[in-house]
Amino acid sequence: MPPITDRTWLWLAAACYLAGAALGTLSLLRERRHSRAVMYFILAAGYAFQTFGLYLRGVAVKGCPLGNTFELVQFTAWSAATLYLVVGPAFRLSLLGYGTALLSAGLSVTALLVPAWDAAKRIHIFGGNAWIELHAALALFSYGVFGLLALVAGMYWIRDHGLRSKQVGGAYVFLPSIRDLDQIGLRLLAAGVALLAASLAVGSVWWLREPSTVNLVKLLATVGVFVAYSLALALRLTRRLVGRRWAVACALLFVAALLSIVPVDSSRHASPAAATPEVASR
Amino acid sequence: MSAPDGPILFHLGASHHTTPLALREKLALPPERVDELHSRLSPAGPAELVVLNTCNRVELYGVAAAPADLAALEAAFCSVTGISAEEFAAIRAHQTGAGAIRHLVAVAAGLESQLLGENEIFGQVKDAYAGAQASGRAGPVLNRVFQKAFQAAKHIRTHTALNEGQVSVANVAVELAATIFGELSAARVLLLGAGDIGEKTAKAFRSRGAAALTVANRTPERAFALAKSLDATALPFEHFARHLGDYDIIVGSTAAPDAVVRAADVIAARTRRRALPWLFLDLALPRDIEPEVAGLDNIYLYNLDDLAKIAAQNLAAREAEVARARALAAEKADALWRQIVSRHGG
Repeated sequence: MPPITDRTWLWLAAACYLAGAALGTLSLLRERRHSRAVMYFILAAGYAFQTFGLYLRGVAVKGCPLGNTFELVQFTAWSAATLYLVVGPAFRLSLLGYGTALLSAGLSVTALLVPAWDAAKRIHIFGGNAWIELHAALALFSYGVFGLLALVAGMYWIRDHGLRSKQVGGAYVFLPSIRDLDQIGLRLLAAGVALLAASLAVGSVWWLREPSTVNLVKLLATVGVFVAYSLALALRLTRRLVGRRWAVACALLFVAALLSIVPVDSSRHASPAAATPEVASR
Repeated sequence: MSAPDGPILFHLGASHHTTPLALREKLALPPERVDELHSRLSPAGPAELVVLNTCNRVELYGVAAAPADLAALEAAFCSVTGISAEEFAAIRAHQTGAGAIRHLVAVAAGLESQLLGENEIFGQVKDAYAGAQASGRAGPVLNRVFQKAFQAAKHIRTHTALNEGQVSVANVAVELAATIFGELSAARVLLLGAGDIGEKTAKAFRSRGAAALTVANRTPERAFALAKSLDATALPFEHFARHLGDYDIIVGSTAAPDAVVRAADVIAARTRRRALPWLFLDLALPRDIEPEVAGLDNIYLYNLDDLAKIAAQNLAAREAEVARARALAAEKADALWRQIVSRHGG
């Protein structure tokens, strides 16, 4: 019997998220509403497994598990699930649970299926500096928020497309209203930008103190994501980016944010200042 | 309960299925006629009796001690409504035992309604039963039959798609608005024209909680009259274009030969709306709203054909559920009939 490792728990979490995604998909195909309580329970179970898996990983790497692409993607999925479990019921947005299950399943399974992303575990990468750890965790958490925003934006696009093509029956009846999606999308966008701003503020204190440790690629990528989302927020607040264009922008920005994780992580490996001991993957 | 020598559970009446509107008007049994029916029957007639009187049906559900009581009821009914026995025989529906229960469940579930699956009938059946209870006309058999029939009807509505989706143009329009604006309590509605379909749509908006309704019509008197009846406000027709941007939902229902809402006016009004979603419902023929409006961002335009098509799709979806709903109704009714027979005898 193979040993139970952090990856075992993360696989269990992925299985729960997949179960939620399957339940939602089947309900949609059968044009039946799934129970929000059941979806919440499935996501909560996945979240508990993922939290424990990431905790074990954190103990192993002696810090917040954000040392390689696998951990970064897992943490983003965990952030999206956290946000749904905390604020999802308040939003009362149908299909948000299903969307979260899809997003978290997609991210978790992809991370688990790409061995190269977890080829090396880097321990003690924050050097015991809690502020840098907070900076990284906040940044990744904002990515989880942006993930949920992309989901809401996707639902908005589908709802808008249905209304324009005069399709309001079938699975469309389960989608929330345009106004609800618009308002919740705005809240998520503002929350994500605030979290990323807080992350950059915390990080900048350290950068100003130790400029030599700043990795230019990472700095440019993170600031680029922040500027892009801030611009989207400003345009949305002045109602110059609304409707379908807003939905497409939010989805594309999240893809860009996810893609930025890879060069950020690679640059950390290459950076002498960020060099940290590595341990072979299990 | 249905044996020739025992009490009979029955249903007797006429509905839109066999009876034209003019004759249904004659058959109607408002409360004063129900009292008259009872006084003519006394002391003969059924031991228990519930009268269901709606615009689409007049039905009597009861328990008769013998076939003679049933014949007395039919004669009294014809006498009170003023139609001949032959005339009634040509249109009447009559069932006993399990058939009567099946019919009641089907009626309460909306399966027998003119607008298939509509919800209003459920309340009407409940009111009819409550009336019989209040007057002491519902006894142990009908109490059980009606209470179980309500449960069965609810079960059918919950477990089939019989009442899903709206099937009238006015309700489809309101449902559509809800998919864009969610709660309609904060939505501002402008009704252009004071015709029949516009009025129905405005009433449907009001029933879904739309608080701010405004009516604009070329004839101000009609606008004021309709606004008064809807508890809405009136706006001079010549000013509506300047105020377009103040409203979330524009309903066009005028009899104007050309479009009254022009794309240029809409484009000009968009600035005031700050790109908020905007719904245009064109219920007029010829159309009231220029079709170019549909191409604008964050604007949704539906005309009469679009709404009728959605209503037809919803109706088709309901019709597809009829067989399943009838099977459920039969299953529940037959189970209830077995209980009644074992408890009250056959």
